[in-house]
Amino acid sequence: MAYKYLSGSQTYIFRDLKDLMAKASMLRSGDQLAGIAASTEKERVVAKMLLADVPLKKFLEEHLIAYEEDEVTRLIIDEHDAAAFQSVSHLTVGGFRDWLLSESATSDILKATASGIIPEMAAAVSKIMSIQDMILVASKCEVITRFRNTLGLKGHFSTRLQPNHPFDDLKGIAASVIDGLLKGSGDAVIGINPATDSLKITGELLIMLDALIEKLNIPTQSCVLSHITTTMELVEKGYPVDLTFQSIAGSEKANSCFGINLSMLQEAYEATLGLKRGVLGSNVMYFETGQGSALSANAHHGLDQQTIETRAYGVARKYHPLLINTVVGFIGPEYLFNGKQIIRAGIEDHFCGKLLGLPMGCDVCYTNHAEADQDDMDNLLTLLAAAGCNYIMGVPGADDIMLNYQSTSFNDALYVRRLLGLKPAPEFVKWLSDMKIMNSDFTLSGTRDLTKLINLL
Amino acid sequence: MIEEEFWNNLKKFTNARIGLRNSGTSIATTDQLRFQLSFAEAKDAVQKELDENLISEQFSRQELPLYYLQSEINNKAEFLYRPDLGRKLNTSSASLLSDLNPLPSDIAFVICDGLSASAIHHHAVRFLSEFMVRNAAYSYSPLAVVRYGRVAIGDEVGFLLKTKLVVVLIGERPGLSTPDSMGIYFTYNPVPGLTDESRNCISNIHNKGLSYAQAAKKLSFLVNESLKRKISGVLLKDKSDDYDLLTP
Repeated sequence: MAYKYLSGSQTYIFRDLKDLMAKASMLRSGDQLAGIAASTEKERVVAKMLLADVPLKKFLEEHLIAYEEDEVTRLIIDEHDAAAFQSVSHLTVGGFRDWLLSESATSDILKATASGIIPEMAAAVSKIMSIQDMILVASKCEVITRFRNTLGLKGHFSTRLQPNHPFDDLKGIAASVIDGLLKGSGDAVIGINPATDSLKITGELLIMLDALIEKLNIPTQSCVLSHITTTMELVEKGYPVDLTFQSIAGSEKANSCFGINLSMLQEAYEATLGLKRGVLGSNVMYFETGQGSALSANAHHGLDQQTIETRAYGVARKYHPLLINTVVGFIGPEYLFNGKQIIRAGIEDHFCGKLLGLPMGCDVCYTNHAEADQDDMDNLLTLLAAAGCNYIMGVPGADDIMLNYQSTSFNDALYVRRLLGLKPAPEFVKWLSDMKIMNSDFTLSGTRDLTKLINLL
Repeated sequence: MIEEEFWNNLKKFTNARIGLRNSGTSIATTDQLRFQLSFAEAKDAVQKELDENLISEQFSRQELPLYYLQSEINNKAEFLYRPDLGRKLNTSSASLLSDLNPLPSDIAFVICDGLSASAIHHHAVRFLSEFMVRNAAYSYSPLAVVRYGRVAIGDEVGFLLKTKLVVVLIGERPGLSTPDSMGIYFTYNPVPGLTDESRNCISNIHNKGLSYAQAAKKLSFLVNESLKRKISGVLLKDKSDDYDLLTP
């Protein structure tokens, strides 16, 4: 069905819901590259006005990627929780925004509604929301997950310690881990991106992290972010896998470019659950996503990059992840051109994920060929912390020497915790205090025991 | 004292920015400014234009003729957000190559600025000499130097030059610590429109990464395999080899 709007002598026509969603999206280079962005500012706002009048129910009927063609669509539709949807089913997209902002949409109500909302509804409402709208609503959502500690509690803000090394040198990685721990980083996970896909190296990294966590008795979990097939091979061989990682996207075709499908994810989920390594809970999956990945794989089906990104959250939701984060500025300026586009995308992704009931984190990051700098990252970091983001990355000096991009530093997390009075996961807080790494007011303690750590290397 | 010794020990194992000094919970001034300096170098590398005079001078001792080409991109800003246009030659460059009516060759080298012209200025000629010395038996097309080029433009150049194997030397995305890293991509039987799975890649050629000799050795091996088996891309992968070469 086409959507039409008459303004003076000009008629604006949008081919279908997919076209309306794309044109209603805030400007970003990826949608321009795909040739689906609004061509004028007025066309964009007209699309938003028409989108605001679309009933939420419409998204259950008009599938943006055909049900028959795409297993992600089938997952989203088949798993939709009609009972949870009941309380908002009468609303339009615009009415949904008003409801989300109202006092009646409390944390508990939002939690109860999450499984009734499908990704396309979240994407649609975000398109007519401002940054402050999304921050406010996201801050009402609390998504708690557990493995060896408790993540996502209100008033807490966690970090993934990311100690990458260009040759996967064990000592080089351990050096970065030590630095991070001494700056209070690593409660979400100690997670390495391996430089190679080698089974042997990945296994060695897992063993090293496992030994480190055990020796220092750290209430956290480890992960080597290898392809799911590599991790499964290591699980079979009995390596100490805490979390299974995978990059995921919002269409079957894009996932197949990543070398995965839903049944592989299900199998990996069950295998990892079966290891029973979690102490406090059984959230065992870690996912990464990012706007632009589907277009980059030429698997976007004409959807705008923000909408198809939310469909990746629909995939993630099925497997109750401990962690999921958008790697928002990693993809480059062809998809998110500058700081402004990266910031908006980060806030959208966090908001949509939270609305869907996911433990959203964000890799606040940029590449050197994007029009962005540290000031943009400071802005996004501060906004996300205010929005109640579950975690960010912790990279030594913000400089990832393996992936060649800038993320957030250990000090960035210290800054934002101090500024907003946020704590790491409660179990980790206790450990940091026992190790005399951090004081109770979140300042660094000078009395930590370095010799104990030296012995580990 | 113990603090300084501790970090000096750890810094032996990694170039990561570990052990930064703190002011309160923030990064202290010296390290903060050092970061900004590296960032400035990386940004400048992205903006840097290919210097044709420098390249002509560097390549003056090469016997192969040199042709300067350009993609459909007209400036750096456009290059960054239109990857599609960076993969195609502009009309005059395409007709220049067609009009050459070149003899078929085994290998054509295409040199592209990509995301770091500095990488090409620093490494292209020295790498190429290292490779040619080892591989004198092959026939070579004229050298093509492409301004505002992406990797895939090599396929069009290689096709027009009637070569069996096109090898693209290109400036990689600058990292904070490595603003001038060069990458090498090659395709067997290049035609416009091929995608990543048809190519092989050797990356990280810079002063702290792969040496010219290591890269030339690796490329010689792969080129030989590719020409012999008449394939490139995923079918030609050799992962264990990658790791051996990367280990210092």
